[in-house]
Amino acid sequence: MQRLRTILSITAIRLSIAFTVIFGIMSVLIVLYMTGSTVGILRRQIQTSINTEIADLVQIYETGGLNQFFRTIERAAAAPGANLYVVADPAGQIIAANIGDIESGVIDRDGWTRHPFKYSRLRDRGQVTYNAVARVFPLPNGMRLLIGRDLGEPERYRAVVGRSLIVSLLAMLLFGLSTWLFVGRRALKRLDMVGRSAERILSGDRHERLPVTGAGDEFDRISERLNAMLDRIERLDEGLRQVSDNIAHDLKTPLTRLRNKADAALTKPQTSSQAIYEIIADTDRIIKTFDALLMISRVESGSAAAELSPLDLSALVADFSELYEPVAEEAGFSTEIAVQPDIRIRGNRELLSQALSNLAENALKYGFEESGARELSISVSAENHNAHIVVADRGPGIAPADRERATERFARLEKSRTLPGNGLGLSLARAVTELHGGSLVLEDNLPGLRSKLVLPLAAEAKP
Amino acid sequence: MRILLIEDDREAAGWLLRAIGEAGHVAEHAEDGAAGAHLARTGSFDVMIVDRMLPKLDGLTMLRELRRDGNDTPALILSALGQVDDRVEGLRSGGDDYLTKPYAVSELLARIEVLARRRRTEDGETVLRVADLELDRLSRTVKRAGKHILIQPREFRLLEYLMRNAGKVVTRTMLLEQVWDYHFDPQTNVIDVHVSRLRSKIDKDFEVPLLHTVRGAGYVLREP
Repeated sequence: MQRLRTILSITAIRLSIAFTVIFGIMSVLIVLYMTGSTVGILRRQIQTSINTEIADLVQIYETGGLNQFFRTIERAAAAPGANLYVVADPAGQIIAANIGDIESGVIDRDGWTRHPFKYSRLRDRGQVTYNAVARVFPLPNGMRLLIGRDLGEPERYRAVVGRSLIVSLLAMLLFGLSTWLFVGRRALKRLDMVGRSAERILSGDRHERLPVTGAGDEFDRISERLNAMLDRIERLDEGLRQVSDNIAHDLKTPLTRLRNKADAALTKPQTSSQAIYEIIADTDRIIKTFDALLMISRVESGSAAAELSPLDLSALVADFSELYEPVAEEAGFSTEIAVQPDIRIRGNRELLSQALSNLAENALKYGFEESGARELSISVSAENHNAHIVVADRGPGIAPADRERATERFARLEKSRTLPGNGLGLSLARAVTELHGGSLVLEDNLPGLRSKLVLPLAAEAKP
Repeated sequence: MRILLIEDDREAAGWLLRAIGEAGHVAEHAEDGAAGAHLARTGSFDVMIVDRMLPKLDGLTMLRELRRDGNDTPALILSALGQVDDRVEGLRSGGDDYLTKPYAVSELLARIEVLARRRRTEDGETVLRVADLELDRLSRTVKRAGKHILIQPREFRLLEYLMRNAGKVVTRTMLLEQVWDYHFDPQTNVIDVHVSRLRSKIDKDFEVPLLHTVRGAGYVLREP
């Protein structure tokens, strides 16, 4: 019972039930209409044949007189399967007939009988009545003649149609029911399979996928889409787990250091302000790491996109270079700044400057070999509808295999592990460029690292 | 200096009030926007510190209302939201400066001193003087002890800001915001390098230094 109720609640089953009911009603209507018109045609045929007979009789009467007329009727009445003939005297008393009894009053009215009337046959002795239609007309001597026809034929037809209608409706119902059972059970089985898989996924099996039978039906199609979704969720989840592991790891180290410093400061007889300054500096670094993380996720979520406004990128890069040039020189770098004027984009000055500062600081931190040249070059140029900002150094660069990973959060490459930094610089730079609809490209500077921000140029202002 | 603190977090407020008191200022405290607006209208303050999220009347709405009524007490907005859009919105609502939590108390104190001072010495003077150092805002020249000093445009703005706030500690972040108009935190010592270049121009050849580093806070330019 429960199972039947479940089958009935399947959408496809409900729809097919509804359609079967509608189809059934329609076929009943069609059959009724068809029977109605066929019976009508049969009746009209009866009327035509009676009218023809009356016309013939009238002619016989006119040429051969009353005797000839009655003889003709007598002959016709005796023939097998004959029409109904009744003759009545002027008082309405039946004087001759080839039938037993007739519904009273039928003979008293001239013309066609309004409704089928009942009569009994001679050999049945009044036990069984039949239906007939007839036309009554007066004879010149005041007597009345009724010529009628039994309605057995149209009625038999009606009964045949009725029986076949019932049979076909029953067949339809049976066929429909068995289809529903088959389709419903199958759909239910698939649903159960999907449900079981979903349950396994819910209970923690991330690798479980919804079943795909290869039938290519709608269940397969939706399972495939859902599996693709699950794959993506698993990847994102994996990334998220990686990031939180990294956060935990990267924050635990400075926090432990912080704690140890505080501990050391406490155990000293008088706390030196040097220790406290170091503690503050360490705390600031941790806060900066959090700020950077929050900023990356805000930039990645795209909520800052509304803030893009027309921007003179050339001026931005020039300004920025002016801020960093002295720092680079102080660090022993020779600098080369190349700014192509009048490059305009839609952008956010603050975020782009932050991204540039991350790239420049990376270059200053990692962009040199022990005995090699220290060179920092910053340039901005326009190429093929894109603005290119390039920050390049002469350091060890990043191996092609590591470039993709280098822009992930906390992905600090082996060498950089020993240097201060939060491992978020390139991730933020990438997030910022992507927010601007551009991309961060890491290239070989032969030797060194070339970090390139590719940003779409602002559409030409139309006059 | 009289300071109005509008902050609903009692712990943070208690701690700020103590720091303000230790710095030698007098503070009044309101715990929600409505009470804060009332105090601001009835009292006279040199500067107000307004938390952005406040019960009853949020900080920005309160500030907008005060500004509409002609109250121009300089306001420092405190907020947990630190993105550019939040800051721009804060400044548009009538804030004069914006500080993101968590902040160092030294940073907050430096900023309110500068805010209060800005109000007292609004633009007016064309020549700024600190001891024998002289900056002419019209001719854009700098002299120390009557001797011309060659200076870059950015160094000029840096010096102008330091002189305008002579005697007050300014933090690196304040310099980056006010002189360069950047609101991010560089990892390296960009500001230090610029300040030390400026210092080599105005102090190096002279006996008495004017530009000092304040450990753990920032810089101060002051009379010897």
